Order: sequence, then structure tokens, then C-alpha cells
Amino acid sequence: MTFSKFTRGSVGAVLAVALTFPALSITAASGATNYGTVKNLAAAGGINKLIAACQKEGQLNVIALPHYWANYGDMIEGFKAAYGVKVDEANPEGSSQDEIDAANTNKGTSRSPDVYDIGIAIADKYAGTGTFAPYKVKLWKYLTGAAATSPTGEYTPDYTGTLTIGYDGSLGTITKLDDLLLPKFKGKIALNGDPMGSSTGLNGVFMINKALGGTFDDVSKAVAFFKKLKDLGNFINVNPTEATIASGQTPVVIDNGYVQAGVQKQMAAAGKSWKMFTPALVGSPYNMAISAWAPHPACGRLWLEYALGETGAKIFAIGGATPALWVWLVKTGRAPAEGIAAIGKSKVAATKASADQSSAAREYLKTAWPAAVGS
Amino acid sequence: MTQVTDPRAGSATSSAGSRHWRSKSAYLGVLPFLLFSGLFLLYPTYNVILGAFKDNENNFSFFALGEAFNSDITRHAFKNSLVLSLWTALAGSVLGGLFAWALVTGKKKGFFYRFSIALSSVLAQFGGVMLTFAFLATFGFNGVVSTLAMKVMPSSFLADSAWLYGLNGLIVVYTFFQIPLMVLVFLPTIENLRPQWREASDSLGGNSREYWTKIGIPVLTPSFAGAALLLFVNSFSAYATAATLINLTSFLTPLQIATSLSSEVGGANPAEAKALSFFMIVLVTFVMALYALLRRRVTKWEANG
Amino acid sequence: MRRTWKIQTWRRFLIGFVGLYLMVPLYSMFDFSTKPFLIADSGRNLRSWRIIPSQPDLGIAVLRSMITAGIVMLLILFLIVPTVIWVQLKLPKLVRPLELLCLLPLAIPAIVIVVGIAPLYRWISINLSESPITLAGVYSMLILPYTYRSLSAALDAVDIHTLAEAAQTLGASTFRMISGVIMPTIRTGIINGSFIAIALVLGEFTISNILNFKTFQVVIAQIGRTSGNVAVSVSLASIIFVLVLLLLVPATKRRQAVLDVDLA
Repeated sequence: MTFSKFTRGSVGAVLAVALTFPALSITAASGATNYGTVKNLAAAGGINKLIAACQKEGQLNVIALPHYWANYGDMIEGFKAAYGVKVDEANPEGSSQDEIDAANTNKGTSRSPDVYDIGIAIADKYAGTGTFAPYKVKLWKYLTGAAATSPTGEYTPDYTGTLTIGYDGSLGTITKLDDLLLPKFKGKIALNGDPMGSSTGLNGVFMINKALGGTFDDVSKAVAFFKKLKDLGNFINVNPTEATIASGQTPVVIDNGYVQAGVQKQMAAAGKSWKMFTPALVGSPYNMAISAWAPHPACGRLWLEYALGETGAKIFAIGGATPALWVWLVKTGRAPAEGIAAIGKSKVAATKASADQSSAAREYLKTAWPAAVGS
Repeated sequence: MTQVTDPRAGSATSSAGSRHWRSKSAYLGVLPFLLFSGLFLLYPTYNVILGAFKDNENNFSFFALGEAFNSDITRHAFKNSLVLSLWTALAGSVLGGLFAWALVTGKKKGFFYRFSIALSSVLAQFGGVMLTFAFLATFGFNGVVSTLAMKVMPSSFLADSAWLYGLNGLIVVYTFFQIPLMVLVFLPTIENLRPQWREASDSLGGNSREYWTKIGIPVLTPSFAGAALLLFVNSFSAYATAATLINLTSFLTPLQIATSLSSEVGGANPAEAKALSFFMIVLVTFVMALYALLRRRVTKWEANG
Repeated sequence: MRRTWKIQTWRRFLIGFVGLYLMVPLYSMFDFSTKPFLIADSGRNLRSWRIIPSQPDLGIAVLRSMITAGIVMLLILFLIVPTVIWVQLKLPKLVRPLELLCLLPLAIPAIVIVVGIAPLYRWISINLSESPITLAGVYSMLILPYTYRSLSAALDAVDIHTLAEAAQTLGASTFRMISGVIMPTIRTGIINGSFIAIALVLGEFTISNILNFKTFQVVIAQIGRTSGNVAVSVSLASIIFVLVLLLLVPATKRRQAVLDVDLA
């Protein structure tokens, strides 16, 4: 079998081009300041120096930030527009654990994530292990819960939201939890995430549990309810996505409020209504952190200043998530009108499960959940 | 074929040298492949197997293996995975094999033939969230076929989407990529079923059944079995499709593995993931051994007659 | 002839049934992607399709993935096929171990393979190149199960020992024997194995996503985040793209092998 000269010749050329065609360029070292160890804005030399350093780095690596989640789409676009820096988005559907794993997997390369947005369980798990670079943003002392979460600023609360049940408006209006047992919901109810892996899924169970009068330490009431739903055929194990919601496969979804807000907007653009019903307030707070080996440390810190500052707070609020800065913004009258329209002025009154309660619930659900909704 | 072919004997015209070393030098031929696969395949596999024998603090221990083996969830998931893989391997290999036959009896090298191969290549790799969505959009609530069925045959199972959301539904969805895969890997064999053999059989007075039982099936069986084995393993390790359709850790082994790797609620247990992968490797080795046994039997049977 | 008529009916039925099985879900995807969604849409439209060509990262990703596929093809032709033939010919005891080796990549789910191979790719990224094209190494192992099976199926029906003897008797070198005599007879096996390899390289998502390489499928997924309709349309577009690509790759017309004669 002979190979045409064309093939043989082009092989060498292709290989030469290919291997010198890097995906991302390794960033040049920033100036005198080692931004990898900068702990606050003062040490960075002020916001303008930080911006300049970031622009020199040229890129920010984020991970697991879906555009529809707490309005991160606008957040990323806003950051890009404000500073003229590229943003590399990795693995949008990843979990908090995936984020840390990605940083470890790609440690030392230019593809490692710069910043994380993680749940409290994962944040606590890696606290003090040298995974995070502590950094306190300019408005750190006004962020609700920042000092309590991590006094050194290893990770900082960015927003919370509450779990809610979103549903297609054409199905009527849900006024109480037992409405879900009605036959019109047959084959329509889906939960985002499996409670054994996803914090959203677990929080969804907690929400139903609380609505039925249960506590975070005992989720048996929720499990019994889900079993009823499954036996009736109302609950399906499908994992809802934007596509399944838009095409009507999953018209009832239990998910974070700040995700549902995005769905509401999308459906409104299509002339359909998407309503929300919150039987009980269960919160799911998230935290931002900077990777200790971030390939673009200045941009990582600039991102935190942006997202945890007033601009970021407004974007989160419009997305239906309550930013950590919100209480202060409302108190000082700086809360933007659109934000108030979206999430109101209420302080976050949602309760949340502690890491221990989550683990305990998970252990219980390991056998109880499949027994209730499994096949 | 009556001549004895002992490859170690070497050919009459090959260069001189002791017979022993001539056969040993043949091993050099696999060296490049061994080096390459050593780096990109054996090394990661070794990492995984090694990880199975450690606990999460990196000490040598059988803990992960023991935990995984004794867990009810693991057994349930494994059983489901086995059932799923068996059924999809069966459905895929039979339907794919028949389709391959249909292709071969048509115009070879025609456009339809080339199109089928190209399409099969693409669809054999199609999976994940999109494949699940495709089936949801077809058979799910509000789907293309289910709405049609509601109008035409409202009492049939097609009108009620419930069947899709369980193991049966998953079997149907998986078969979607098993069929093209079978077509691709089985086609070369069935192509080689020479028409002359059929003609010879016909001219000797044999009918269709005799042709197939005496010539067709014996020739095809080893490849068919090998292809079915591939389909079985393919189905066992598939993950993304199932994760979207049945979002339940305890349902299939790969789902359990994924949760062990990415759980955000205290379930992250990388050692468990590696232990489960180790069990999967053991299973595949076991099934391969059965297959090897089958092939040896078939060869003996062919030789005897 | 009655037999021909029976065969024809069966044939049509099979093609029809399997055809429907494969085409209907794809049609449902297409149906959804063209549905009127925004209030501004008056009816069916191709809005979610028109958005695709304007995506900036897509062109580079396509090019990169195609180059990667090309490298994998070279590895198949120069490394894998000769090795498989060699083992069948000279090292029959290694046939089953090789088969098991070639099944191994499938025995381990991709999410676990990534865990195992991550240290290697970290080293490669830091010391050699950060290009996604380095994925060709692991991809060529991922295609092994399919490509090997395809080759093996072809080899099963060919008596390569006789072919090899004949070739060597006629004075052919080992290289000539493998490339000029044996490979043409298993041409379908090689072609099918190559097609599925190309489709795999262009369709692989999990490993490149976790290692954060911007391959074709990763960029497709990125584009799909705009909305549900676009996610579906862009996925279909990627299927059509690879399909057309494979149709354009000529099933290389080699001059007819000298031994294309019934040797049984």
C-alpha cells in the first residue's frame, strides 16, 4: 500500500504546526508584586494597579459557572467588558468537588482554574489545606457571614438563594405542597441533581422536608413524600436541563431560585409563564475562593473585587440570588432598584444545613432514597 | 486446509538464525505498540488499580474494595448494569448484525452503503445529554411520537411516557448507539462471507437453512461473539446518557462511580470509585475469558467438522 | 427467484425498522430546534441554526480536532494495524492478551481514565505542549476497542498465514508483505476502524472537558449554553458535520491487490 507523496509530506507539516499551536499561552510573570500572595487590595497597590496587572495577565480561568446560574452569564460578560480580559470557562456543569479536582488535575498548567464558586461543605473540607489563597476584598467587612465563614478570608460567601418549585404556568397555580400529588402532574416533576451527589438535590429534599414539618436532622418525612410522588408516577428521575424545560419534558422542577429566575426570563421571552412556589425557605449559600496556584492571580483577585462588590451584587440580585452584600446595600440605601424588584429587601431568613447535617442526611438517604424513588 | 502452520517454524526463505531466537525476535515487533500503550493505557490503568488498593489517606488497604463489595447499593447497581448491558448487547448485536447483512446484500460501494457506514460511525459515538434529550423529545411527555400515539392509539404504552423513565427506557436508548457500533465492527466479517460459498452450497443442492447452519453461522459466530462482547462492555461503562435519564446514584455502577468522584455532599470517595472500576476490569477480564473459551471450542468444532 | 424476493422483503423491512429507530430521535431533535420559541418567531425557523457559524472559537476547535483525528489515523495505520497483523501472524499466544488489552479502555469509564491519566497530561502540558492535540495519545488508546474489533473481524475471514507464506515465497520483505499484501485484504476492517476513530476523536467530550482542552465537542457544548434550542441545533450540526466529513474521506482506492483472488 503506497502513500501518496501528499500524505507523507503533509504529515510532517501538520505535526510541526500542530504542536506549536498552543491552546492557551502560558502567561508571563507579572511585575514586581507577586500577586499569588497578595491578601487584600492595599497589598496589591490599589484597584488600578490590580486592573493593570490583570490586563497584563490577559485572561481569567473560571470553572463550573453555568450562564443561567445566579446570572453568571451577565457577570462574566460584564467582567470581560469592564476590563477587556478573556475569560476561559471550563466545565460549566461541574460540581464543587469537580472544581477542586480540576485545579489538582491541571496544577501547574495555564488551564488550572483561578477562582472557585463552591458550596460550604467542599469549602470546609479543603480549608487550611493550602488549596485556597486567602484574600479579603475591599468590602469584606460588609459581607454577611464573611467573618464567621472564614476569618482569614480563605473563602468568602458570595450569594445565597432559596430552593423553590418552578413550574409551567399553564398547569395552573400551586398553592400547597399536596397539590403536587394531583393527577395533572403525572410524569412531570423532576429534581435537579441526585441528593447523594448534588447539594442542590439535597437542599431540595431539605426544603420539602421542612415544609412537611421536619428538621435537618431527620429527612424521613421528605423521603416518604417523594415515595408517594414516585408511586403515583408524578415524579420522574430525569435530570432537568434547559432543553427539557423548554421542550416541555420537565414542566415542574425543584431547583435553586436563582436558576429558576433565569428560566422565568427565557420562558417570558417565549411568551410562556413560569411560576414559582416556595413551600419552605431552605438556603443554599455559596462561597468564592482563589486558587493557591492560580495561573492568573491578579485576575483572580480582580474577579473577587468585581463579583463581591456593588456591580457584582447588582448582577446577582437581578439573577434572583441574594448577594452577601445585600443587607449592607439595603441598609445604606445603595441597593439598585432592579435588584430590589427581583429579590425584595428581606434579609435572608432561610435556614441552611450544616456540613454535618448534610453528611448525616446523605448517609440516611443512601439507602432510603433509592428505596423511595429508585428502580 | 490441511497444511500445518506453525508460525514458530518460520518460513523457508527467511534469514538464517537459530529457530529459538528467530521466534523471540518476533516479540520485538510489538515493542513500539507496547511502549505507546504502556504510556497511555497501562499507566492510567495501573493508577486506577493501585488506587483501588488504597484508602482515602493513601495507605495500602483493602478497605475500599471490601466496602464496595459488601455494599447493597453496589450489588444493586452492578446487577442493573449487568442486566442493561446484556439486553442492549443482545438487541444491538442482533439488530445491527441483521442490518449489516441487509447492507451487504445490497449494492456495495453504492451511496447508501457509504452513507450507512459514515452515519453508523457518527451515531455509535453519539450519547450523553443530547441522546437522552432526543428520546425524551420523541417518547417523553409532549414528545413527537407520544403525542402522535395519544391521537392514534391512546391506550398503547407509547402514549404514556412512563416506560421511558426506567430500565426499559434506558435499554431502548442505549440500543440507539449499540446498533451502529455493531454494524461497523461486524460488517467486515459479513462482507467476507463470499457469495461463491452460497453458490457452491446451492449448486450442491443445499437449501437456505443448510447453508446458514453449516457455513454461514459457523463462519460468523466468532466475530459475532466478539462484537457482542464489545457491545456488552461498551454499554457497561457508558455514563453520561444514563446520568441524564435516571439521575440516581444507586442505579448503575458508572453512576455510583461518578458520585464517588464528584459528590458535593460528603459522598466523595475516590478510593471507592477506583475500587468499583477495578471490579469492572475484573468483570471484563472474566467475560473475555469466557469468550476465549468459546472461540477455542468453535475452532475445535470447525476442525473436527 | 423466490429466494431473492424473500431476501428483498427482509432487507427492506430491516432497513426500514433500523432506519426509523435511528432517524426518528434525530428528527425529534431537529423538530425541537426549529420550533418557534420567542414571541417574535412567527413559525418554524432556523434561528437557532443561524447562530452557529458566527461563533468565534468554533473554527479553531474544528481545525484542532481534525488535526488530532489525523494523527490518530496515522497511529492506526502505522502502529496499530501492523501490530495486530504481526501478533496474528507471528505471536498467536498473544492474540487473546492483546484482545484484552484492546478492550481495557472500554472497561474503565472515561471519568476514571481521566483520574488515571491526569498526572501524565499535567507533565505533558508543563514540559511539552499545552495544545489539545496532545490528546491524540490517549484518544488512540480509546479507539482501540472499536478499531481492534473491526480489524479482528476482517482478519478472521482471511487466511493471512497462507497469504504471508505466499508473499514470502515470492520474495516480499516483511514490510511489503504487511503493507502491500495483507492490509489491502482487510481494507474494510481498516476503513471501518478508521471511521469510528475519526468519529470518536471528533465526538469525545468527557476527557477533554475535565482536562479543560478546547476540543470540538467542548466548544459545541459551550455554544449550546445560549439556550435549549441552540444546544440541540448545535449538537445536530456537529453530527451532520462529522457525517459529511466521513463521506468526503475517500474509501481510498488502492490499486487492486494482486491477491484479490479466492484463496480459500
